[in-house]
Amino acid sequence: MLAQIHVTFKEGVLDPQGKTVHHALNDLGYEEVLDVNIGKYLEIKLDSASKEEAEIRVREMCEQLLANTVIESFRFTLVPTD
Amino acid sequence: MKCGIVVFPGSNCDHDCYHILKHVLNQETHWLWHKDEVNLESFDLVVLPGGFSYGDYLRAGAIARFSPIINSIISFAKKGGKVLGICNGFQVLLECGLLPGALIQNQSRKFICKNVFVNIDNPDTSFTQGCGENRVLEIPIAHHQGSYYIDPYSLTELEENGQIIFRYCDKSGNVSAESNPNGSVGSVAGVANKQKNIMGMMPHPERCADPLLSKTDGQIIFQSLISNS
Repeated sequence: MLAQIHVTFKEGVLDPQGKTVHHALNDLGYEEVLDVNIGKYLEIKLDSASKEEAEIRVREMCEQLLANTVIESFRFTLVPTD
Repeated sequence: MKCGIVVFPGSNCDHDCYHILKHVLNQETHWLWHKDEVNLESFDLVVLPGGFSYGDYLRAGAIARFSPIINSIISFAKKGGKVLGICNGFQVLLECGLLPGALIQNQSRKFICKNVFVNIDNPDTSFTQGCGENRVLEIPIAHHQGSYYIDPYSLTELEENGQIIFRYCDKSGNVSAESNPNGSVGSVAGVANKQKNIMGMMPHPERCADPLLSKTDGQIIFQSLISNS
C-alpha cells in the first residue's frame, strides 16, 4: 500500500513562497492565476493489513509528526501497490 | 543557579549558551544530551539552544521534539522549572506544545542575520525583571523560519495574559511594520506560557552577553533568571 500525503498551509497562514510564485505566474502572462499554495508531498510505503488500518495509522502519523496542525492541514489517499 | 544546556544533533549555539552561563556569569552549567532522560529536579534552568536540530528536516524542531530529553523537560516545566528556548529551541518548544503558536518562513523568504531591537512587552517575568527602566534591548537574530504565527483569537488571549514577552521594534521602542523583520503576527519576538516559567524567543541573547563583544543587552535575560533562582 502506498500513502500519498499532501500537507499545505491552512487558510490565513502567510505562504511567502506561494505568493512569490503567484506573482511570477502573473508576470508570465498567466493572469487567470488567483492564488498559489505551496505545500509538501510525501509518499509512504506501507505494510498494512487492511486499508482501514492504514487509514487510521496514516492519520495518526500526520497528526503526530508530518503536519503541524497549528499552521498546516493534510489530506491523503491510499493506493494499492500490488 | 544550576543550568542545563540541551544538545541535539545540529545544535550550534549550545557552546555559546554554555560559555555565557558558565564562564561569563559563573553559574553551574551542565550539558544535557538529547538521547538521555534525566531527572532535572535539581536544576533551576534548562536552555534549548539555537541551531538546526536534525537539519531542520520536515519542519524546524519537528523531529527534535521526540527526543527522550523532551519528556524530562516537560515534567520539569510542569513542576514550574524554568525553560528558555532560543531560536531553534523556541521552534522545538512550539512543536512539543509547551508554547502556543508556530514559526513559519520569513516573509522575505531570506535568512536574516542582523541586530534588531525588541521591546519588553512584559517586564514582570523571571526572564525580564532585570531590565529595570530599560525597555528596549538590542539583540541579534539569525533565522529563516522565524515568522511567528498564531490565529487572531489566540493572539488576543496571549496579549491579555501578558504572555507576549518581546516584540520587534525600532531603536526608540516603537512597534511597527517597518521594524518587524520577518512578518511575525503582532511583531512577536518572544512568548511565554501562562505561568511564565517557559519562554521562547527568536533573538539570540547569548550572542550579546559577553563583555568581550561590544553589546551585552542579552545579559539582562540571564541575569534576571539568576536573580530569580
